[in-house]
Amino acid sequence: MAIAARDFRELRLEGMSRAFGSVNALKGVTLNIRRGEFIALLGPSGCGKSTALNCIAGLLTLSAGNIWLDKTRIDRLAPEERGFGMVFQNYALFPHMVVRRNIGFGLSMHGVDKDEIKHKVDEALSIVRLGDQGDKLPGQLSGGQQQRVAIARAIVIEPPLVLMDEPLSNLDAKLRLEMRSEIRRIHELIGSATIYVTHDQEEALSLADRIVVMRSGEVRQVGTPEELYARPAHADVAEFMGYRNQLRAHAIRAGNLANVSIGGVILPATPVDPIEEGEVTAAIRPDDLVVSAAGSIAATVESAQYHGRSFYCSGRTADGTELYFQSGRKVGKGETVRLAADPGRVLVYSRAPE
Amino acid sequence: MSESATDTAANSTPLRGRLALSDLDGVTLLALPAMLFVVTLFIYPFAYGFVLSFQPKTGNWLANYTKFFSDPFLYDTIEATFRLAIPATLINVLLSVPVALRVRRMRRRRLLTAILVIPITLGTVLIAEGLLTYLGPQGWFNRVLLMFGVGPVRLVHNYTGVMLSLILSGFPFTFLLTLSYLTGIDPSLEQAASTLGAKARARFVHILLPLLAQGLAINLCLSFVQTFSVFPSAVLLGAPSGDTRVISIAAYQAAYEQYDSSMASAIAMIMGFCQLVVVVLILSGRSLVYRGATGGGKG
Repeated sequence: MAIAARDFRELRLEGMSRAFGSVNALKGVTLNIRRGEFIALLGPSGCGKSTALNCIAGLLTLSAGNIWLDKTRIDRLAPEERGFGMVFQNYALFPHMVVRRNIGFGLSMHGVDKDEIKHKVDEALSIVRLGDQGDKLPGQLSGGQQQRVAIARAIVIEPPLVLMDEPLSNLDAKLRLEMRSEIRRIHELIGSATIYVTHDQEEALSLADRIVVMRSGEVRQVGTPEELYARPAHADVAEFMGYRNQLRAHAIRAGNLANVSIGGVILPATPVDPIEEGEVTAAIRPDDLVVSAAGSIAATVESAQYHGRSFYCSGRTADGTELYFQSGRKVGKGETVRLAADPGRVLVYSRAPE
Repeated sequence: MSESATDTAANSTPLRGRLALSDLDGVTLLALPAMLFVVTLFIYPFAYGFVLSFQPKTGNWLANYTKFFSDPFLYDTIEATFRLAIPATLINVLLSVPVALRVRRMRRRRLLTAILVIPITLGTVLIAEGLLTYLGPQGWFNRVLLMFGVGPVRLVHNYTGVMLSLILSGFPFTFLLTLSYLTGIDPSLEQAASTLGAKARARFVHILLPLLAQGLAINLCLSFVQTFSVFPSAVLLGAPSGDTRVISIAAYQAAYEQYDSSMASAIAMIMGFCQLVVVVLILSGRSLVYRGATGGGKG
């Protein structure tokens, strides 16, 4: 019998809140997660994403709200009664048990008989490609291998939901890329829903079906990676999604396109919310602001870092606005360049930056 | 010194480098005072006593040991000491586990820890004095019992008195040790076990206990050695010529009542041997349990 997630239709979070003393770490998170979905909880540290995960796992109790798995309310259940698989940031492998016993632990706690445990552990080991490491202690494995054991241990109990708390943050860059595709592959293989906490937008974009961006304990935006990348709904989400240039601008209305004035230069731009004339935020990714002879913005280069395909630069306009941009050719410090941006890629938000 | 080293062979590393390879450098000198301390205050007196125990006042070189093991008044002290030390050690160490399990989750941990540590700072004699009056025939404890028509019970000048004092003064010590071992176990291990379906009891049996076993063994050794050398409370609270005539009392009497320091040394050697046997037994049992790190992975 193959390892496959227990069947369910959806997990519903309704106004899930958690306070620590007087601090509200989680303020009414509402979200539906369907079977087979890969959800990334994305946000800066301290935004409440790990708190949310621990609340779903049952490691933290809720201050308000409830959690439903189909028609069962589960927020009062202890973690051991929920049966969700969890992968911890530090892996939390039992150091005194060999890999096989670590993986089989959940099954033996659920009273599965020995032959079946052996069979399932073998299968889990082969899913995470650790077939020959079963008799080692966790301390004898590399970081990447420990990570695989942690995943195998979480999926072998066939949970409807797998929860992952920044599982790749302790790995080096190369291993991180490798494990990223492994995690996606395993997710598709067992067909569970996965909730994946990360602060790395690239990880979220490449793994998730839907991304939930959180900030200060609240959900700021939920959407597919494409939606979030191209059209963040708020300036702070945009900032987190790599719109590094958050410029104070003056809006001049003009139909679907709005003209904004940045440092005295008028640029056509795309409004995200309905905007009035006045102070607004213009958000541009560094890779959408490129050096071009036809560009209208003049800036003096302050630094240029070589990144293979292009130079990541920062510079300043005549009125002192700092800009991050990219250049295909080598630019030197102090050189004056002209910058251009596609109007569709200059996003305008109604509030001025703080 | 590097000159002489380079003289002997052209391509050999200097002495300083070779010493550094075996972890000897200038900092090693800092260990000297401690080593001097151990040698003058432990190794030398021990060796002196050892030799002295084989130079009895009368008879051949083994006379002290022959005398000890042929006189029940002397060799019975071994049993009396074990009868106190083993239960007291087990009670203290086993009791420390549930208390530490509870205390580590408490918010006022420091306050409670401070309260529990007070008996250590008071010292055995003060505890013994306190217990004498409190538990004595005219003490509060028996008066309250009498009020309810029970008692009086005899709790001092016997085995019970010494046992109570050993628990009172020994428990804070085992508790602190257990607490520090317990808080050293990564809490995410228990969380992981619970997400895998382990209830509190299973988490304790499969996760906490195996990781704690190593610390408990050390705790047992230290606590045993401490209770085995019980003297003040055995004299003050016990029956020093009866039930609680422990081995240290026999050594004391040989040294200061019969002025036979050779015999006293022999008794001290026997006492040390008993402690050594138990410690070796406990530590060899340790090889059966896990002895590595108690963390859950890369931190």
